[in-house]
Amino acid sequence: MQLKRVVITGMGVVSPFGRGVDSLMEALVAGRSGVVTVPELAEIKGMRSLVAALVSGIDPKEIPRKFRRSMSSMSVFATLASHDAAAQAGLNETHFTSGRMGVSIGSTVGSPRTMEEFFKDYLADQSLERMKSTLFFHIMNHSCAANVAQTLGITGRILAPAAACSTSCQAVGYAAEMIAMGKQDMMLCGGADEFHPLTAATFDIMNAASINFNDRPAKTPRPFDRDRDGVVCAEGSGILLLESLDSALGRNADILAELIGFATISDPASIANPNSASIEECMRAALADAAIPAAEIDYVNAHATATELGDIAESEAIFRIFGDRVPTSSLKGHMGHAMAASGTLELAASIEMMRRGILIPTLNLDHIDPSCGSIRHVREVTPRPVTTVIKNNFALGGVNSSIILRRYPQ
Amino acid sequence: MTDQEIVSTINSSLAEEFELNPEHMVPEAIIYEDLGLDSLDIVDLVIVLESAFGFKIREEAAVRQIRTLGDIHSFVIGKKREMEH
Repeated sequence: MQLKRVVITGMGVVSPFGRGVDSLMEALVAGRSGVVTVPELAEIKGMRSLVAALVSGIDPKEIPRKFRRSMSSMSVFATLASHDAAAQAGLNETHFTSGRMGVSIGSTVGSPRTMEEFFKDYLADQSLERMKSTLFFHIMNHSCAANVAQTLGITGRILAPAAACSTSCQAVGYAAEMIAMGKQDMMLCGGADEFHPLTAATFDIMNAASINFNDRPAKTPRPFDRDRDGVVCAEGSGILLLESLDSALGRNADILAELIGFATISDPASIANPNSASIEECMRAALADAAIPAAEIDYVNAHATATELGDIAESEAIFRIFGDRVPTSSLKGHMGHAMAASGTLELAASIEMMRRGILIPTLNLDHIDPSCGSIRHVREVTPRPVTTVIKNNFALGGVNSSIILRRYPQ
Repeated sequence: MTDQEIVSTINSSLAEEFELNPEHMVPEAIIYEDLGLDSLDIVDLVIVLESAFGFKIREEAAVRQIRTLGDIHSFVIGKKREMEH
């Protein structure tokens, strides 16, 4: 079977720096941090990590109430980002209703905020009498994908992968495979998540959340740094419009990049701990899928969340494949870890790096941890032609994923 | 609570819940066509009224007869009077 080539023709992001790829890139280039101290977290017993990177500067009321009523904030983020991705790609209702356009958007869980509100009320007197009709649409696992499709009127396939931090990398990869097989011509894909104390607590109880910079939030997280102390949770959404090359050329769309490789594998060694050998295997599988040698990679956009074990495991895996040749950075230092959204937020930034011919450094990487020191770290904004990029995401649950993008045309 | 206070409470509660324009909230406004609500909203409308007035009306047959905002006003005023006796 002849597989179709897959390209990216639209991007939309809602990040801790607001709405739009431009505001994200402006912050990344300027070396700004989106991390803030969240005073309410101090009121939660047992919570040691009091920092997060939260979305601001968007107006949910841009979405008509008829659609917004079934959305928690993660679906609002995904819908605004999807709107922008579709607009950049130049799509209209004809495409949305063609049946040839689908949605592949996931989140870590359904809305934890709505769950909290429901159970708080329900458990007070074991009553369902105050339950709103739209509750389910906030908490169902395919909330973001379904809400985006409903709002834009998209009639093709719906896919809602869930693999925590690998979610949006998988959402893009699985969508690309559907397009490659000719099942859909285009898909809006990515991930979204909303901040909730439960997310930060998940890492905190595993001693994997940042707790030492509560009074200096811009100094954390610190991927690959000697003084890193863990994850900072974030929220937002990153959405890419994937399209077959044939479709994009047929309608004279601006092509932002080509997706040439994807791999996702399970690491049964541990449900929680990263495994360098499995990370290496995942990147090698993505290279094999792209049918390119490691020598063709110009930049590694690392998952690197600033945990003690994860950054070392990923550094070692990158070194075994790329040695000290390939510039590597993590964008978590700027915007924290947006969980299901992190993959596509970082893919969008990586595409912009290719388009602008620059590399963004890892923020807060002041003293490289010798255990992460063998690879080539990007330390400052660096003008450099970038043709081929590999992007990693690794998730709790033992789910690894990597995507390879190439400039189009090369 | 006077009838006017009841009407005012209904209108402000519904305006807040469903983001309605107060200028459109005339008694003859038809809930579906004029105010733009649908069957999901009606479920929540009942909950909003129950919360605002402290009664249970979900199972009442009269609720299903409501067509206009004025019908809601009349129903709630009647229900409140019934509760007072």
